[in-house]
Amino acid sequence: MGDSLMAKVKITGHASGTGVITVTAPNTSTDRTLTLPDSTGTILDNTSTLDATKLSGNLPAISAASLTNVPLRPNASPLIINGAMQVAQRGTSHSHANSNTNAFTVDRLNINTGSIGEYTSTQESLTSGAAFEAGFKNAARIDCTTADASPASGDYFYAEYKIEAQDCSSFKKGTSAAETMTVAFWVKSNKTGTGQLNVRDTDNNRMCSGTYVISVANTWEHKVINIAADTTGAIADDNGIGYLFEFWLGSGTAYSSGTAPTAWETRVGSDRNGNGTLNINDNTANDWAITGLQVEVGTYTAATLPPFQHRSYGEELALCQRYWSQSATLSGLTGAFVFTAFNTNEAWGGNHFPVTMRATPTVTIYNNGGTSGGCHKLGSPDVTGVSAGTISTTGVAQITKSSGFTADDLYACTYTASAEL
Amino acid sequence: MIITNAKYFKSYGLDTNDIVNATINGVPMSVPMDTANSHYAEILKQVADGDITIAEAD
Repeated sequence: MGDSLMAKVKITGHASGTGVITVTAPNTSTDRTLTLPDSTGTILDNTSTLDATKLSGNLPAISAASLTNVPLRPNASPLIINGAMQVAQRGTSHSHANSNTNAFTVDRLNINTGSIGEYTSTQESLTSGAAFEAGFKNAARIDCTTADASPASGDYFYAEYKIEAQDCSSFKKGTSAAETMTVAFWVKSNKTGTGQLNVRDTDNNRMCSGTYVISVANTWEHKVINIAADTTGAIADDNGIGYLFEFWLGSGTAYSSGTAPTAWETRVGSDRNGNGTLNINDNTANDWAITGLQVEVGTYTAATLPPFQHRSYGEELALCQRYWSQSATLSGLTGAFVFTAFNTNEAWGGNHFPVTMRATPTVTIYNNGGTSGGCHKLGSPDVTGVSAGTISTTGVAQITKSSGFTADDLYACTYTASAEL
Repeated sequence: MIITNAKYFKSYGLDTNDIVNATINGVPMSVPMDTANSHYAEILKQVADGDITIAEAD
């Protein structure tokens, strides 16, 4: 009997059933063959349970690039400390004189001004806006208080963040497997324009840049900047500066006559603000603020960027204290170190910093009145002309004075300890 | 960074100086002679540039 050609086969219901089962051929010009199983049973439908014994074999290879709606987290932990600008150990406001380098308000983000106006930096509390809605309650803000609309050639103004070198290894810089980098942050200014971000490798005097555009004044905007991989120049495995991030806010032509490099290059001074147009220095009405700073290994867009990882405040504070720590207040002896005089010029005590610091820190001591270079003799007036000695990464064991201590008396002082990069 | 009154100090029990006491931007500070310390690095730079000198310890 030859093949029969038909578009559909209809089978009437089994036994007392009245329904009709229709098997319909697809609309195709290619021969298809369906083979029914050579056994008794029921073909699976949408209510059937799969038998686990029938699921042996290998799964097909799955590309991570094909996955959607899967949170990505390439870094074991955030590379940026205090990216949410929560910690401000030194206080919530700082005045920046005309030339003031490495000055901090929020921890880890410093401001550098070189003969280009004066500023106040603050830790700003956020209560509304897109950055607040994204989960950020604090920002680092800079307000121009004395303008310089015509900076000299060598004048400069930028905010800066430095990552310790031994924390940069995941970028494999200086190897054939070097990784790209993504820098993301929320930014707001009264001025629209282009801001320039430089990523610098100070070990090898190299830099690469990206730019961002502030499109709407006084509005938080999220920026995502991709930085190329660099197969040249490894970063040392030490406690010095690894990557240094510069957010340029204004400059003279010595820093702005070049072009922002999108590939790594030997650092060129004129490129460092080559594409920047913000000029926050040109009017006392100007301000610039940043929060949610994150750095990721790899290349991401705003849509694919891994979510910002919020650490607990306690964790963030402890990480910041590797670079700076101080007594709870600098006057009134709250959280003071205490020393016992051994003779007229030495007093000793086992006084420890909250965490081991990055390097042996610079120490300043304060008396009960909060004046630097002194301490307080318990039960007596403050003592002047005192400095710290026997300093280590873990604490201060000695204070010293040319003469004037009384053996066996107690002396107390508050302190600051700086091991900033 | 304005550095004045720089003077070496030798902590108890050491054979060599380990600290430079100096006034930095108007604040008296004890700066350990650790090349990873950014203040000490700046002191060395200003000494090399001939901008400052460091007085011997007492």
